[in-house]
Amino acid sequence: MELVEAIILSVLAASTPLLIAATGELVTERSGVLNLGVEGMMIVGAACGFAGAWLTGSIFIGALFGIVAGTMMSLIFALMALGLAVNQVATGLALTILGVGLSGLIGAGFVGERITPAVHLFIPGLTDIPLVGRVLFGEDGFVYVSIALVLGVWWFLYRTRAGLILRACGDNHVSAHALGYPVLRIRTFAVMFGGACAGLAGAYLPLAYTPFFIPGMTAGRGWIALALVVFSSWRPGRLVVGAYLFGAVTILQLHAQGWGVGIPSQFMSALPYLATIIVLVLLSRARSGGSTAPAALGTVFVPDR
Amino acid sequence: MLDSTIDSLNSGESPLLRTIGLTKRYGDFLANDSIDIDIRSGEIHALLGENGAGKSTLVKAIYGLIQPSAGEIRWRGERITLSGPSDARRRGIGMVFQHFSLFDNLTVAENVALGLDGKESFKDMSARLERVSKTYGLPLDPRREVWQLSVGERQRIEIVRALMQEPKFLILDEPTAVLTPQEADQLFVVLERLKAEGRAVLYISHKLEEVKRLCDTATILRGGRKVATCNPGLETAASLARMMVGGEIKEVKAASGRKTTVPRLVVNDLSLAPGEAHGVRLEHISFELKGGEILGIAGVAGNGQDELFAALSGERLSKDPGTVVIEGIAAGHLSITQRRKLGAAFVPEERLGHGTAPRMKLSENALLTGHAASGMVHRGFINAAATLDTVDRATETFDVRKAKRDPEAASLSGGNLQKFIVGREILRNPAVLVVNQPTWGVDAGAAAVIRQALLDLAAAGAAVLVTSQDLDELTEIADRIAVMFHGKLSAPLATSEATRERLGLLMGGSSLEPKEAAHAVGA
Repeated sequence: MELVEAIILSVLAASTPLLIAATGELVTERSGVLNLGVEGMMIVGAACGFAGAWLTGSIFIGALFGIVAGTMMSLIFALMALGLAVNQVATGLALTILGVGLSGLIGAGFVGERITPAVHLFIPGLTDIPLVGRVLFGEDGFVYVSIALVLGVWWFLYRTRAGLILRACGDNHVSAHALGYPVLRIRTFAVMFGGACAGLAGAYLPLAYTPFFIPGMTAGRGWIALALVVFSSWRPGRLVVGAYLFGAVTILQLHAQGWGVGIPSQFMSALPYLATIIVLVLLSRARSGGSTAPAALGTVFVPDR
Repeated sequence: MLDSTIDSLNSGESPLLRTIGLTKRYGDFLANDSIDIDIRSGEIHALLGENGAGKSTLVKAIYGLIQPSAGEIRWRGERITLSGPSDARRRGIGMVFQHFSLFDNLTVAENVALGLDGKESFKDMSARLERVSKTYGLPLDPRREVWQLSVGERQRIEIVRALMQEPKFLILDEPTAVLTPQEADQLFVVLERLKAEGRAVLYISHKLEEVKRLCDTATILRGGRKVATCNPGLETAASLARMMVGGEIKEVKAASGRKTTVPRLVVNDLSLAPGEAHGVRLEHISFELKGGEILGIAGVAGNGQDELFAALSGERLSKDPGTVVIEGIAAGHLSITQRRKLGAAFVPEERLGHGTAPRMKLSENALLTGHAASGMVHRGFINAAATLDTVDRATETFDVRKAKRDPEAASLSGGNLQKFIVGREILRNPAVLVVNQPTWGVDAGAAAVIRQALLDLAAAGAAVLVTSQDLDELTEIADRIAVMFHGKLSAPLATSEATRERLGLLMGGSSLEPKEAAHAVGA
C-alpha cells in the first residue's frame, strides 16, 4: 500500500514538468508556430527559478523568476521567427543551444546550493485518507497549477472566441489575415505563453523535484514535451494521457529494474517512449479524416501591406 | 431596363462607393494608377481585366486589406480611410475571395463566426446562419468541417458569411471560376436577389458572356489603369475582350488533323487509392486516345484530375502495368523518365514547384524534363549549348517574353512561363502530351498561343489529353470531352454533342440516360 502510494506520487512528480511544458507548446503550435526551443527555455527557467528562490527564500518568487525567464527566451524566438520571418526550425534549435549555455552561466554560482523545496498541501482529515489522500490532497502547488493549466487551455481553445481565432491562425494564416486578424500579434502571445509554461516547467525541477540546481538538469524533458504535443495530435485531453503515461512508465520501469526483472535495462529505459508512442498513435487512429496537425504549423507568414 | 440603367448613370445622385484617383504603388510598380470608379446601390458592377491588370489590388484597397498610396475612397459621399477589413465590414462592405479564406479543419459555423464581429453568442450565430442560408437558398450544415465539403459548398460558406454581415456592398472575386454551370446559375439567382434588395455588387470575372448577362455596368482595367466604363449588355464579348487586352486576340484555328487509327494512349480500368489524406480515389478509369486527337477532361477541381495526372505521368505507379499503355507498351509500372522515353510528355497544373523549379534557370528547367530523350546529356555531362538552344527555340516558337536570355523560372509572368513549359514539351515532338489546366491564370493572349500550339501538335499526329475547368476552352480545342466526378470518368461525348447543360449535369454527378451515353461513345 505504502509502495503504491509512493509510486503514484513519484509518477505525478515526474509527469508534471512534461505536462506544463507541453501544454504551453501546444498553444504555441496551435497558433501555427513550431518552437523547438522548449528545452532551452526550460533550462533557463530552471536556472533562474532556482536563483530567484535561493535569493529570496520564496518558492513562489522562484517560480515567477522561471516564468519571466522562459517568457524572455520566447521573446527572442518571437523576434526572430515572427518579426524577422527566419526559419522556425533553425531558430528553435538555436534557442535551445543558447538556453543550455545561458543556464550554465546563470546557474554556475548556485551549483551545490540547496533550498527548502516547495511545501506540499496538507488538509487535516483529507490528506490522511489512506492511498488517495496524499495523491489528491497532498501535492505541491505545481501539480495543481498544471492541472488547472490544461483545463484552462482546453476551455480557452474550444470554448472561447479568442481560442477559435488562435486555432484559425494555426490552420490558415492567409485566411486569418484576410479576415483582418492580427496573425503575428496573436502568434507572439501564443509563443510567449509557451515560453512562460516552459519556464515554469523548468523551475519546477529545482524548486520541487530536487531541491538543488545542476547544469543540464532538464535532461531532454523539453524534447519529450515537444514529442508529446505531436503524438497527442495537438489535443489537450490526449496530452494529459500522454504525459502521465510517460511519467508512469518511466517510474515503473525504474522500480522494475530495482526488483530485478530479467529484461535488459536498455529496453526498460526505452519503454516509456515506446509505450507513449503506441498509446497515442492508437488514440489518434480513432479519428478518421481531417488533418491533425495545425495546417500552417511551422510556416513563415509575412503580411502584405 | 437598359434605359433605366443609363439614367441612373447620368443622374446626379451620389454613388454608394466612389474611388477618386486611387493609386497603389509597390516600389516602382504602379499596380493601380489613378482609378476612378462609381458603384451605385442596386447595381451589379463588373470589374474586368487580364491577370495583372490591377483588379485584385483595387478590391483589396476597397476592402481595407491594403492602404492606397494616393487617392481617396468615398463611402456614401463621405471620405473614409479603412483601417482594415473589420472596419470595412462594419461600414457594410463585404467580400467573397477568389481563393477562399476558409479554415479547413474548423466547422462551417466556426468559419462563419470568424468572419463576424463576435457580438452575438455562438448559439445565436449558428441559428442565424441556418436562417440566412435557408432564405437565400444556400443550404449548409453548420457542424461539418470544411475539408469534407465540395468547392461549391465552400463558396456557399463564403457567401453566407458575407451576407450575415448585412452588407450594403458585396465584392465577389471570380466566384464562378470553380463552379459547374448549374451552380453558377444558382449563384446568379442570389445576386439578382441582392440587387433587388438594393445592395450593390462588384463582380470580378473572366467570363464575358456571364458578365453580359448579369451586370449593369462594367469597368475595364488594363495595366493598372481604367480604360473604360460601359454597359456590357450593349457590348459584344469580342469588344469587351479587345478593351481588356488592348488589341485583337488571334482566333484559334484547328488545322485538319492527320487522324490515325492507332491508339497512342490507352487507359484500361485504372483504379488507384488516394496518395494523401484528402485525396480522391480513382475508380475504373478507361479511355482510348488516338493520334491526331484531343480528348478534353472537364470537371470541378478536386474530383481526381490531379490524381489522374499523377497516374499518367508516373508520379504514382500502378501495380498493374496494363492500366496505362503508351504507344502500345504497358507503362503503368514505369517511372516518369521511362514514360518520357516512350514519347510521352507531361505539363502539370502548377507552374512553379511542379512544372518548374522556381529558382533554377530556364535552361536547367529544360534539362529537368528533357534529359532522358533530347540529347542534352552526353555521357553523363550536361550539354549546356543544347539546353540553351531549347530555351531559345521555345522563346522564338512560342513568343516567351523575358528580361534576359536565361532567367530564373520564377521571374517570368504566369503566361510566359506557361508558354515556356508547354513549348519545352512540344519541342520534344511528343507522341502523347498530357496537360493539366493549360491556361489556368494565363492572360487571353498567351492562352490563345497555347491552345493553338496544342491544336497544331494534334494536327501533327500526337495524342493530346487536356484537363481543364474551362468549358469554353475544351469545346474550342477538344474533339471529345469526358467529365471527371468523384474519381470516375464519364464516357466521352463528341464535342458537338457536349452542350453546357449535359457537361454541367455530369460535373454535378448526375449521369446522362444510358442510351444517350452509349450513342456518344459511338460518335
